[in-house]
Amino acid sequence: MTTTLMINGEQKSVDAPPEMPLLWVLRDILGMTGTKFGCGIAQCGACTVHVDGKPVRSCVLPVSAVRDRAVTTIEGVSASPTGAKVQKAWLDLEVIQCGYCQSGQIMSAAALLAATPNPDDSDIDAAMAGNICRCGTYVRIRAAIKQAASGRQS
Amino acid sequence: MTIAAKIPDAFSRRTLLTGGLASGFLFAFHVPVRAANEPVQPPDTTDGKFAPNAFIRIDAAGHTALVMPQVEMGQGIYTAVAMILAEELDADLAQVTLEAAPPNDKLYANPTFGIQVTGNSNSIRAFWKPLRNAGASARAMLVQAAAQQWQVEPASCTTSKGEVTHGASGRKLSYAELASTAGSQTPPKDVALKDPKDFVYIGKPLKRFDTPDKVNGKAVYGIDAMLPGMKFATLAACPVFGGKVGKVDDSAARKIPGVRQVVILDDMVAVVGDHMWAAKKGLEALRIDWAEGPNARISSKDIWQDLRAASEKDGVVAKSTGDIAKGLATGEKYEQSYELPFLAHATMEPVNCTVHVTPDSCEIWTGTQIMTRVQSAAAKAAGLPVDKVTVTNHLLGGGFGRKLEPDMVIAAVRIAKQVDGPVKVVWTREEDVQHDIYRPVYRDTIAATLSDGKIVGWKYKVTGSAVIARWLPPAFQKGIDIDAIDSAVDMPYDIPNFHVEYVRAEPPAVPTGFWRGVGPNNNVFAIECFIDELARKANKDPVAFRRDTLGEPRLKAALDYVAEKSGWGQPLPSRVGRGVSVQPSFGSFIATVVEAEVDEQGEVHLRRVTSAVDAGIAVNPDIIMAQIEGGLIFGLTAALYGEITIDKGRVQQSNFHDYRMLRIDQAPKIEVHVISSGEAPGGIGETGVTAGPPALRNAIYAATGVALRRLPIDRSLIAAGKKS
Repeated sequence: MTTTLMINGEQKSVDAPPEMPLLWVLRDILGMTGTKFGCGIAQCGACTVHVDGKPVRSCVLPVSAVRDRAVTTIEGVSASPTGAKVQKAWLDLEVIQCGYCQSGQIMSAAALLAATPNPDDSDIDAAMAGNICRCGTYVRIRAAIKQAASGRQS
Repeated sequence: MTIAAKIPDAFSRRTLLTGGLASGFLFAFHVPVRAANEPVQPPDTTDGKFAPNAFIRIDAAGHTALVMPQVEMGQGIYTAVAMILAEELDADLAQVTLEAAPPNDKLYANPTFGIQVTGNSNSIRAFWKPLRNAGASARAMLVQAAAQQWQVEPASCTTSKGEVTHGASGRKLSYAELASTAGSQTPPKDVALKDPKDFVYIGKPLKRFDTPDKVNGKAVYGIDAMLPGMKFATLAACPVFGGKVGKVDDSAARKIPGVRQVVILDDMVAVVGDHMWAAKKGLEALRIDWAEGPNARISSKDIWQDLRAASEKDGVVAKSTGDIAKGLATGEKYEQSYELPFLAHATMEPVNCTVHVTPDSCEIWTGTQIMTRVQSAAAKAAGLPVDKVTVTNHLLGGGFGRKLEPDMVIAAVRIAKQVDGPVKVVWTREEDVQHDIYRPVYRDTIAATLSDGKIVGWKYKVTGSAVIARWLPPAFQKGIDIDAIDSAVDMPYDIPNFHVEYVRAEPPAVPTGFWRGVGPNNNVFAIECFIDELARKANKDPVAFRRDTLGEPRLKAALDYVAEKSGWGQPLPSRVGRGVSVQPSFGSFIATVVEAEVDEQGEVHLRRVTSAVDAGIAVNPDIIMAQIEGGLIFGLTAALYGEITIDKGRVQQSNFHDYRMLRIDQAPKIEVHVISSGEAPGGIGETGVTAGPPALRNAIYAATGVALRRLPIDRSLIAAGKKS
């Protein structure tokens, strides 16, 4: 079945079964490998993308449910000022280790800041608890979100 | 193909590098796959390239490539290796590119292991001198080439940021200009290394070279390999360890759109499709009768029973000083045992491998900690000579020891032999958790005597699997697994009568391997828990008791530091405790205090963790801090949740809902203090991992009086409040 998706501001036509999760459409059909597979059951957040600005786990989102809504992936997150701020804070504080979960972390953080420009610790907990990091970068993730929110340099 | 990505903004912040560095920093991996439509770059055959050793390549166009003998799995080693090489070479770090080494034990073997392996927190320890020598030797040859051209004494020349300068005349030549003549210079025999006070890169918290591409989706991990015409596969091995495939009905699977092929091997079945989704749906639609075999009766209960029985036997003596019989007969005797469970690695990047097998070649794309072993394992599986196998390594989405094994590569090659064209084999998370090579169960028993508050005798028996015997047979001598007892024999406490034994006990069927923290995981946990119990018997404060017993001054200094920074001794609310641990593991000295709150139901809330670490010369202090922060979380995750259990010969956990990870809402505040010291660099990748669990357990002990002796922590024991 041919579906037209709007990804990072570009129209993409894909031939995919309607129940196929967006994750695999992105990775295996479109070759956009920045979005990661971690668990397949919405437990780890590695596959987080934005659909109409909201963070979703693309590993359980059927492509048919996306319809004409705007999809933003890690490859396109820098287009929004919030996304760019998050990326910068991530680098300024050197959050990343292996980096495999960080596409999802950044997407979750960018969505949080877009909705809640000055999150407190409990906002951060609520928005980020769905994203697992095995390297254990949580302390820096928290600090980087606060830095991105305040625009302060460390 | 080289991926060369300019790092614009990212590097303007890297002012620490040179003070005035703007843009132009190039970071490159030799990763020949990115996307099917990108052009292939021919091999670099530029004449006049200066390649004085395995690690340095300088061409006439001004490119300096540094070859990375160790793999990047998050630990920051690419940055640290580049810093060390560039330091002694006096290269301009802004001009270098980084390349992953190809499989080649002759050129890139880890000096500690004799093969090309990244593990045991030893990259810097093993390569510190070789890399400095390589950089300094190349620098000397460049200086000689310049001096020859100018007809001056080499000693009258200086180097900085990729240039040789003759001070007296003010003449300068760039390394690029010298590339064609430097190669014919004789390498110096005993090259002088820099005085640490002259370091320009080492010791500075330089920004990592791998992270800018990790914020925008450009970084390429093994699982991201894309090739023209590639198929995608996922597999199911027999759920029972060692079981075989019986009958397979694939009629439903073959009807699923996108499913192209079902590959049936003797012990696993794979479905090949146009994408992972088709492969996954196809696998779910298979009806497989497994021939489960004799292991279907095995359970955790039996494994523990066997392990406990084995731990009653005498072991092989690994170390004995003083008179242990006399020591154990002096003063009051105490004995306890500590138990650690099976653990899966659960790297965020699920196990995967991409393979293209043809009648006379086998190409591998993956992320591995063991380049040459993967190459030879693939050759064997493909039935080809080793030189027909190419291995392209990628960034690893976590290693933690899982990728010290070639099993996923062997499986992928066996599948790929049946597939026309390249195939990417990706394991589901469930397969990844249920067919890992697990951190073994361990039981550590310590008997000690106290006399006048001092430890007089210490008899320590470690019982568990000998991973070394399988993984590095030449290192398995006299029946002793040097890893399993690593920190048991490397004892920081001064004890006059000291004795360590090892009992090899292999669990039936369950494959065992290295897991981040390796042997010290069990040793440090047992020692530091038991020391806390002895301190209580001696009516001493845990920090004071350790300070009085520690012989190692660097560890004592770290302990004092952390006691001060953590507010040790200051009052705490009820049901909140502080616990301390110290360890000299991996060549680094770390002291850690965990502050935790324990509720009436036994649930534990991590409030704060403070560590002080002396890792010798801190090549990059920020990376050290990050490794300790992350290592602590990794170890504390296992302490709070980590356990793989076996029933009917199969693993009972399957994904992150039942093999839990610590999440950000449970993460404590962490403070890491790096103590600078002039000693040789120590290991850092696993140092935090082993520090956390005993400090947490001791915090629970302090808060509740409940002495837990098994991981993961048992909330029901805490809730029952049974003191001991």
